[in-house]
Amino acid sequence: MTAEMAKENSFGTAFYALINSEQDTALHSIREKAFRVFQEKGLPTVGNEDWKYTNVAPIAAIDWTVDDSAMAVGQIVPTELLNAFRFERNGFTALNLAFANVAILRISKETIIDEPIEFDFAGEAGKAIFPHIIVIAESGSKATVVEKYASQTKSLTNTAIQIFVEDNANLTHYRVQKESAEAFHYGVTEVTVNRGGSYNATSINLGGALSRHDIEVKFTAEGGEAWVDGLYMLNGTQHHDTHSVIDHTVPNCTSHQNYRGVLNDKSRAVFNGKVFVRENAHGTDAEQSNKNLLLSNDARVDTKPQLEIFNDDVKCSHGATVGQLEDEELFYLLARGIPEGLARNLLTYGFAEEVINKIGVESIKRELDGMVLNRLNAKI
Amino acid sequence: MLLEVKDLHAGIDGKEILKGLNLQVNKGEVHAIMGPNGSGKSTLSKVLAGHPTYEVISGEVLFEGKNLLELEPDERAREGVFMAFQYPVEVPGVSNSQFLRLAYNEKMKHLGQEELDPLEFNDYLKEKAKVVEMDPQFFKRSVNEGFSGGEKKRNEILQMAVLEPKLAILDETDSGLDIDALRIVAEGVNKLRSSENAIILVTHYQRLLNYIQPDFVHVLANGKIVKEGGKELALELEEKGYDWVKAAGN
Repeated sequence: MTAEMAKENSFGTAFYALINSEQDTALHSIREKAFRVFQEKGLPTVGNEDWKYTNVAPIAAIDWTVDDSAMAVGQIVPTELLNAFRFERNGFTALNLAFANVAILRISKETIIDEPIEFDFAGEAGKAIFPHIIVIAESGSKATVVEKYASQTKSLTNTAIQIFVEDNANLTHYRVQKESAEAFHYGVTEVTVNRGGSYNATSINLGGALSRHDIEVKFTAEGGEAWVDGLYMLNGTQHHDTHSVIDHTVPNCTSHQNYRGVLNDKSRAVFNGKVFVRENAHGTDAEQSNKNLLLSNDARVDTKPQLEIFNDDVKCSHGATVGQLEDEELFYLLARGIPEGLARNLLTYGFAEEVINKIGVESIKRELDGMVLNRLNAKI
Repeated sequence: MLLEVKDLHAGIDGKEILKGLNLQVNKGEVHAIMGPNGSGKSTLSKVLAGHPTYEVISGEVLFEGKNLLELEPDERAREGVFMAFQYPVEVPGVSNSQFLRLAYNEKMKHLGQEELDPLEFNDYLKEKAKVVEMDPQFFKRSVNEGFSGGEKKRNEILQMAVLEPKLAILDETDSGLDIDALRIVAEGVNKLRSSENAIILVTHYQRLLNYIQPDFVHVLANGKIVKEGGKELALELEEKGYDWVKAAGN
């Protein structure tokens, strides 16, 4: 028996034990369908173009115990929203839906919630968790959602969030992945932005031995705007992969994307960002940037920003850089008496802060700022 | 003596630019180093500050009797050597106040004196900002990012005010300044001038010296000081240009 099969079987045993207690017939069939897709696909392999640089064999090699709280059967879940989830995306998303532990957040029409709404998850040793969050920001509402993943051990988090930004709603979304350095993490964010809606996301990736985040933002009516920012800071042998898709399917929407990476030691990052501007999406304004700072000769990043434009009346830009700290910036700090180690940290911090600084919620900004400093082991 | 440069030969990429430069600076003095483009003015500034791409071929530089050339750039700064950059560098993501507080505290640590926490430092910084009429809104902004040419130069003088160096080398600080910015920068420098420090003004034009009166003027040509005098020498240069001194350097 191969490791792959053993894994599928361990999930299979858990799945069949749990599925019988799922009373909701619609959900029952969704879960079964998703699990069948997982069985067909298995976990992705490097033969798949989308997973070329991210080898999840170490995840497949482990016989994970499905967390008891998984599935949380008996929930009342609007299945039409779950049906919108693109679970056939890959083996992870299929598995997520099969075991989905669903949480639903509905922000009522015209409601403004000032306090951030936080979802915290921490996997346990040897266990797999499958959070599945659904956020509906009803028309004219305004809120901030925080997802936080902070396992302290060798765990598997396979998570999904579906976000529906309805007409003129404004949703701010922070995703903080600070799992332990041994943990495995896969997460997907699926967003639709409707007429005049505004979605503002920042994803921070600091943890995990092997992590990947897929984010897909789709404009479904005119006048939408999205900020899709992110930061990954890696050291040791950490591996992180971000795949993003911004889909301009309708006219007159704006998207801004700013992803930054800081890589030390033998860490490795992958950034793949696709921006689609569909045939009728005139008046699109899309910018995308991915900048990477390599602090070690052994670190590596594979970045691929891609623009696919099928309309002429658009304003689009994209770019990616991979580089080291600038000698002139370093000399400037040295010339003011700042010792080299601190000067390098300060410049690295500044590079990362370009993402953190844009965060509007002061408490979150301070917390993330602290995480960045902690990662650099710097007192600034 | 504060600074003593003896027969300094230095250059970049294997090309000798300073060809036996001598200079002596005492506390309380302001020296102007003038010269045509390519005479080695900027090389002198950068060699004194310890810029890594410039190499010293031979000669000696003593700062308070200590060999300056064997110190790293950050050590030189903590000892009290300051260079105001001709082209101040932008440091994105790092706020002006963070940057200045870290630099200030490193100096305090070096002197065995008490460091300031962010709140205390902010009060100190506000006081110092008056020297160059700088609005405190600049404290929160990233170092030099999006600053105009004049704002960048004022920021350099603010750094000088905060760090209180023993020796300040102002490398072409007047370049790219309009008359108002020049006045503010020059007045700032005049306020910082004292019997306890020395200032070296490196400049191509006499204009700055209308505002900051030097005690000594040195004319640099072809990597050597070819003429020295008082402030009246600067006026003479303004009138006659550099050609007559250039000949002396060849």
